[in-house]
Amino acid sequence: MSSLRQMSASEQIGLLFLILFGLLILITLGGLLYSLKAGERSQAAEDNWRQFRRDLNATWAGSCLFWVAWVSGALGATLLFGVLSFLALREFITLMQTRRADHRSLILAFFCILPLQYILVGTRHFDIFSVLIPVYGFLAIPVASALADDPQRFLERNAKIQWGIMVCVYGLSHAPALLLLDFKGYEGRGAFLLFFLVLVVGIAQIVQEVASRSLRRRPVARRISRSFSLRAWVGGLLAAALTGTLLYWITPFKAGQALVMAVVAAGSGTMGGLVMKALKRDAGVVYWGNRSSITGAVGLLDRIAVLCFAAPVFFHSVRWYFKNNL
Amino acid sequence: MSVADFTGLFLAWLARLITGAQGHWKGCPPTAEQRIYFANHQSHFDWVLIWAALPRELRARTRPIAARDYWTSSPLKSWLTAAVFNAIYVSRTRTTPDEDPLEPLVEALEAGDSLVIFPEGTRSSKGEPQAFKAGLYHLAEQFPQVELIPTWIDNVQRVMPKGEVVPVPILCTVTFGEPLRRVPGEDKREFLARARAAVMAQRPMQQERNGTETAR
Repeated sequence: MSSLRQMSASEQIGLLFLILFGLLILITLGGLLYSLKAGERSQAAEDNWRQFRRDLNATWAGSCLFWVAWVSGALGATLLFGVLSFLALREFITLMQTRRADHRSLILAFFCILPLQYILVGTRHFDIFSVLIPVYGFLAIPVASALADDPQRFLERNAKIQWGIMVCVYGLSHAPALLLLDFKGYEGRGAFLLFFLVLVVGIAQIVQEVASRSLRRRPVARRISRSFSLRAWVGGLLAAALTGTLLYWITPFKAGQALVMAVVAAGSGTMGGLVMKALKRDAGVVYWGNRSSITGAVGLLDRIAVLCFAAPVFFHSVRWYFKNNL
Repeated sequence: MSVADFTGLFLAWLARLITGAQGHWKGCPPTAEQRIYFANHQSHFDWVLIWAALPRELRARTRPIAARDYWTSSPLKSWLTAAVFNAIYVSRTRTTPDEDPLEPLVEALEAGDSLVIFPEGTRSSKGEPQAFKAGLYHLAEQFPQVELIPTWIDNVQRVMPKGEVVPVPILCTVTFGEPLRRVPGEDKREFLARARAAVMAQRPMQQERNGTETAR
């Protein structure tokens, strides 16, 4: 491990992508061989196979995005995540019932707050970046709404828009912030932090999903999610902790600290996933997109919601850590 | 590529960015058949949405209707309608009592073009479309070989409500239904009622949203 630590940042990153894409190619080849194997498969196996292929495609897309974000530098990463934010917020707002009077607030959210937030990330103004939406946006949206002169369901409508911005813009903007934040003694290696975060959260989610299928425990919140059980959740956290510890050499942390960080990130991500499920139930849908009956969305929010919750918590933990330790 | 073509592509891209402009071909495939698409009308954005939902090769021969007095009042408006969208101009006021306002539409159909019409005549904001005007009936009578496609545009009133200029990004769908059957001997009123019902039948299912949401 020490030889890995002595490599330069760009060498380490090259190695990281080599490993990532190597693994993905191996898995895809394995899947290809499996699909070539003739023979009858049961319905359940067929469903699992389809699910696996969907997840694999999403992982490919995510990895390529990650690579593009890294290669294109500050501007590219900011733009890329900005567009993702835009699409996610579009999906979120579509399924929330808004009224005519919300028009101005929505314009403010989409065309002022969102670009401003990403400009602040791109230009590395991290102090104002972390308060723009919770402080200034928090006030600006209801003001725009009040000026529209429609008292009906005022609080509810504003809460929905605020929530959408917090999750889709504020949360997600912390992903490029991780790429761009230069910590003392850890310059130019922000990609590792983002990679660490995505991998740890992803593993936690997959393990939790698999565990909840095989364990068949009583769900904690049956009406929100039939699959979310405490035992499966803890299983996911354990897997994340293990992954995080094994990956400690790419982070600035020591092994024990990496473990804690992994648990923090995975915990907030998976819990955020549960919250997102509750929100979907409230809106009366199962997926965010992919249903021809309401919208033509691609279900982007389903994929990135977990990251939206994990990224800010992880980001601020890391920042706090660096302030205290270096 | 001319400036007009480029503007057209840009507008279609913009519509997709803002609304998704997903076309759902539920009742008919997107083929180069000669057709009249008739749809509900809630916003100025409606035409662009249908147009963006069409495959690119169908766009050139599918033409909107534009009111002559409004859409030729400035050079930009007339360039947009004539060069980019290849619109058919109709007059809202008759200069002579026996001038037929449908005349330009008939010419276009005879030339083999497809049309997009909004039979309500004006934009409605009530959710349900208003009663249809008779134009659709007369065109259907004169051109029995042209397919009549009922079309429902969903959610667009949220993108750009009446009186607003800047659109808000919200996903919209355009649903194309089965071609409307011709019933021999049907009178005008029955035909128009049936056409309106066919458009409303293309509304996306709302059963998954809970009751209060639907009611609002």
